[in-house]
This record gives sequence, structure tokens and C-alpha cells, in this order.
Amino acid sequence: MNDRAQTTVKRVLNESGLEVQQLYTADDVAASGGDAMIGLPGEYPFTRGIHREMYRKQPWTMRQYAGFGNPQDTNQRFKYLIANGQTGLNVAFDLPTQIGLDSDDPLAAGEIGRVGMSVDTLRDFEIAFEGIDLEKITVSMTINGAAAIAIAMYLAMAEKRGYDVKQLRGTAQNDILKEFIGRGTWIFPVEPSIKLVGDTIEYCAQHAPKYSPVSVCGYHIRESGATPAEEMAYAFCIARAYADEVIARGLHVDEFAGRLSYNFNIFGNLFEQVCKFRAGRSLWAKIMKEEYQAEKPGSMWLRMIAAGGGGGLTFEQPELNIVRGAYYALISALSGTQTMALCSYDEAYTIPTEYSARISLRTMQILIAEMGLTETVDPLGGSYYVETMTNQMREKMEQIIAETDAQGGIVKLVSEGAIQAKVSAQAYKMQRDIESGKFPKVGVNCYRNDQEDEHPVDFHPYNEDDARVQIESLNRVRAERDAERVTRALAAVGEAARAGTNVMPAIVEAVKAYASVGEITQELVKVFGRYQEPIRF
Amino acid sequence: MNDTAQRRIRVLLAKPGLDGHDQGAKVVARAMMDAGFEVIYTGLRQTPEQVSRIALDEDVDVIALSSMAGSHLPFCRKLKPLLEANGLDDKLWMIGGNLPAQDHDALRELGFKGIFPTGSKLDAIAAYIRENAA
Repeated sequence: MNDRAQTTVKRVLNESGLEVQQLYTADDVAASGGDAMIGLPGEYPFTRGIHREMYRKQPWTMRQYAGFGNPQDTNQRFKYLIANGQTGLNVAFDLPTQIGLDSDDPLAAGEIGRVGMSVDTLRDFEIAFEGIDLEKITVSMTINGAAAIAIAMYLAMAEKRGYDVKQLRGTAQNDILKEFIGRGTWIFPVEPSIKLVGDTIEYCAQHAPKYSPVSVCGYHIRESGATPAEEMAYAFCIARAYADEVIARGLHVDEFAGRLSYNFNIFGNLFEQVCKFRAGRSLWAKIMKEEYQAEKPGSMWLRMIAAGGGGGLTFEQPELNIVRGAYYALISALSGTQTMALCSYDEAYTIPTEYSARISLRTMQILIAEMGLTETVDPLGGSYYVETMTNQMREKMEQIIAETDAQGGIVKLVSEGAIQAKVSAQAYKMQRDIESGKFPKVGVNCYRNDQEDEHPVDFHPYNEDDARVQIESLNRVRAERDAERVTRALAAVGEAARAGTNVMPAIVEAVKAYASVGEITQELVKVFGRYQEPIRF
Repeated sequence: MNDTAQRRIRVLLAKPGLDGHDQGAKVVARAMMDAGFEVIYTGLRQTPEQVSRIALDEDVDVIALSSMAGSHLPFCRKLKPLLEANGLDDKLWMIGGNLPAQDHDALRELGFKGIFPTGSKLDAIAAYIRENAA
């Protein structure tokens, strides 16, 4: 630290634990490792962006998370968002679908269509995407435990509509390891869950090479209490676990790594987030090149969706979340992410209404149309502060990865509940710091309104009748389908699982026969068993 | 306050239904332990039958649910008769999480007297339990 940077007021640490100086100069950049890792956009190590032209060529994809009720309801919301200028879709599924239960399962009662759309069979996918051009609009699916089935349904639906699956783009979240840390939509134990992810990667590499079968999520690990540096470091550890699984089957890294993508969170200190993304981009490139000997540049790209995260939004004075969302979108644009999504201002209360979803979309459009955010690549590049902090964040992430490896690796730590316990302890400390006022949060512990109980939020209505309609629809499909073909296809799923071969071909055949999410899951549970959660916090 | 002088207040903290968002529940569990209560945290995906059985087996004073995904009313409607059948209607029933204000009266009528929506303070939850648990 040079003399001018000597702190004269008080010491500041960012959330990742790095000291923030009062002033940065060229000396600080040099002391933090220099400019060796800066480079140029589109060139290794990609600190400044994975493409040379970035948003000049094409602005980020705008992909709001949406889905509720029956596939018909969701199809309407999709069309509404597309009509308003959204350029991608991110499908929300209800909880029964996400954990492999059919709508008529007793455990699904009260949860059907509530936090996302309900899916039982391929018929529901056909309805949900009816009238949507799958070449123009790329579809991302937020599903993990039952992701293999959802991917099979998406590919089968597209094929049925005449699309060439070899050319089909799209993404499934399909990151089960982070579900054990946060979010909790697991089904099978850890080992077979990783095997299933491997099956989807291998299957897509061979049959749908432009489809992204996994979007590794730092996002939910951050929501669970991780720091920004941990968010990205743990995500990389998880991505390495999936890569190792697939490489052990004999695939070369360049056969699949180009289709791995990422999902990260945005809230908190603006500069810490921007540096997180810049640092992460170069660290992932380094990991792929040096550790995995990737040769194709695409294998080294940290392709990502960055979402203005729920963890930063507040229940108090919810309209302030519109302002926070605008800053999060700005951070995303300054960070050179590929896809942007924002939690809507009312999400602490309800799933977004058309009105609040449109505000989120317009927020991103303002950045493109009015603010000049698409004109210059990596506009913060070269800032003494940003380059120094980027170097320091990279070093911090490398440190966390090395510690994780030294403790036995991410799979072991997640299986034991150790990561869960660590981030949960941090979440508790953060909540205490917010309640004591140590960590300022506008509207929560400072600048509160006198009248806190009047919130201008409209609720998205939940239709109690959705469940009945969905179950009737499932029963109709069951009555109409070829029962023998279904029985054969389900038996084949079980056989593949028992044999330890790739289950995807059998799942694809099963969904084409209109076997349901619950039926296919049951076949897998018979072989794999169910996950038992280690209770650690 | 009667027998709380002899034994610590026992709190069952349950995650009802299929909702996987447990960050808040775990934060509250830690806070209740720090407040001096014994906490039994169930983990995810508890059915009404499971919650009711654990509450009975563990002889708890407080039955608290953490619900973030909107299914609180259907769940509580199923849980209420089960708790009553187990003779647990004299215990303190609480619920926290994403609970729209419009649902609070219905929750209270179902017997969930302590309602702590998103934004509630940890110390307020602990104080409420200390005040109201038998």
C-alpha cells in the first residue's frame, strides 16, 4: 500500500474480507500482481470479457424468471414478456415438478402451480411453449433434482415441433450440488445425483451439442450466506466435480466444457461484484487451461447469467427494490455478463405480477437504450481500484478453492454438511449485523419510514382450482397414451440405472411415451434411493 | 412462568411441505439456541403427520414452522387437527416466513398465534417465546 493510500479515516473490509483502500494508484495494481491477467476482451484470460465485441454486437439476453399455475397460464406470461421485449425465457417450475412428484401425489397437495408451472408429462411442455419460436428465444429451465427429465422433455418437445436438436440452444440449471447447500430440491443421494448430471452432459455433448445441460450456480450459495468470493470459488469447485465425472467416462474436456454455463448473484458492494466477475472470468479460464488442458477458447469461457439477487432486496419499503434492481442491472452490464435477470421489487411478498416483471424488464432496457452501457467493452477496465481488487479477488478465490481441496473436496464437504454449516453460520452473523445496524440496510436498520405497515404491493393471485385442472389433464394423458410403451420405457429407465449406464436415452424414450415426471423419478428412486439430509447449521 | 425455571424451553422448528429455502429457518434456529432454548430443527420436507409426531415425541413447548413458498395455509389446515389429536393444543404454535398480511387472520384462527413474517427481528421472536411459552 503506498503512502497516499494510507487510510486516514477508518478501516473498511468488503464482504469477501478484503481491505478497501481510500485511494488506489498504479503502485497498488503492481503490488497486487500487476497487469499480467488483464489482457483484452475475447483473449485469454478473458478478464475483460469472453468476446471481443461484447454488447456492441449483441446486448445481454434479458431473461426474467417466470412460471406459475398450469402450462397454459405460463405460456401466456411467456408471450407477455416476449411481447414486451424480453429476449430469453427462464422457466420456473412448481415444487412437486422440481422434486419429481406428479400432481396427484398426496405430497404435492397445496403446492401445485404455486411457485412455478406444474409439469407432469411432455404434454405440459407442448402447451407451455406453444407459439414460441425456439430458435429466436432461448429457454433456460430452473430445475435440478428432476433436470434430466426436464431436459429430455424439452428436447423431445422441440424435436416434435420439427427443430433440429443438433442446433437447439437452451440451458438447464441442473446443478444438484448447490441444491444440497441451498434451495433444497434434491431427490437422490449425492453420488447418483452427480452421476445423473454427468449423464446429461454426456448425452447433450453427443446429441444436442449446442444445448447447455448445466448452469453451475454460485447464486444460491451466496443467498445461503456465502461471501462473493466464496460464491464463485464454490461454484468452480462444483463445476470441477461435474467435469471430473464426465472426463472419467472418457470424454475430452473440449467436448463438453464449452457448454457449461454459470449463474451468479448480484447484491452488495458494486465494485466487489464487478471485480468478482472479472476475477472469476480469468480464474475459470486459468483452471480450464492449466488444470484441465482445455484447448478451445470456448471451453475457457465463463458464460453466465447474473441475477439481481433476492438476498439484497427488502420486505421494508419494497418500492426501493426497484432502485436496487437498477443498480444490480448496472453492475451486471459493467461486469460483461451474457444474460441478465432481476428479482422484481415485490418478490419478498409474492411471485411477480405482470406489472412488476415489466418494470424489471424496462430497467434493463433503459441501460441499453439510454445509458450507453452497450457501447464500450469493460468500461471499468484500467481503473486502479478495479484492477487491484480484481487481482485480489482472484487470489482470494484461489485460496478458497485450495482450502476446499485440502479438506477433501467439495463433494465430501457438501455430503457431510460442512459447507452448509459454514454458510449458515455466516448468514446468522449477517442477520445479527443487520439487526444491530452494524451492516447498514436502507429501510431496515436506517432511513425507516414512520408508517411501515403500508406496502404498495399487489399480490399475484393463486388459483386454487389449478390443482384440479392439472390432475385432470394428467389423467387424460394417462388414459390416452400407449400403456404398453410406457411400461416398457419405464422398465428401461430402471434397467439403465441398475446397469450404471447413461440413463438419458431411456428417459428420452420414456418422456416421448408420455411417462410422467413422477413415474420416471420413481424408477430412479428404486435404484438410487433418496437423499438423507445431514442436519447441520 | 412455571416449570421453565427447571427446564429450558423446547422449540420444534420445522420446514413444512416441499419448500427448500432453509436459510431463514437455520438463522432462527441458531438465534433460539443463543436465546437459551433447546431447538429441535427438523430439516426440509416435513409432512403435517411428521411435524405432529415429532412435537409429541420431543415433548416441545413451542411448535414453529418456517414457510417461504406460499403453502402455509393448506399446510396449517392439515396440521391443526393432528396437533389437537395429539393433545398439543396447549403448546405455543408459531409460524414465520413469507406470509402475506392478508393471511394472518386465517393463520391466527387456525391457532398459530405467533406470526413472524419476513423482516421480523430475531430478538423479537425470542422475546415472544419467552413471554408466551408455557
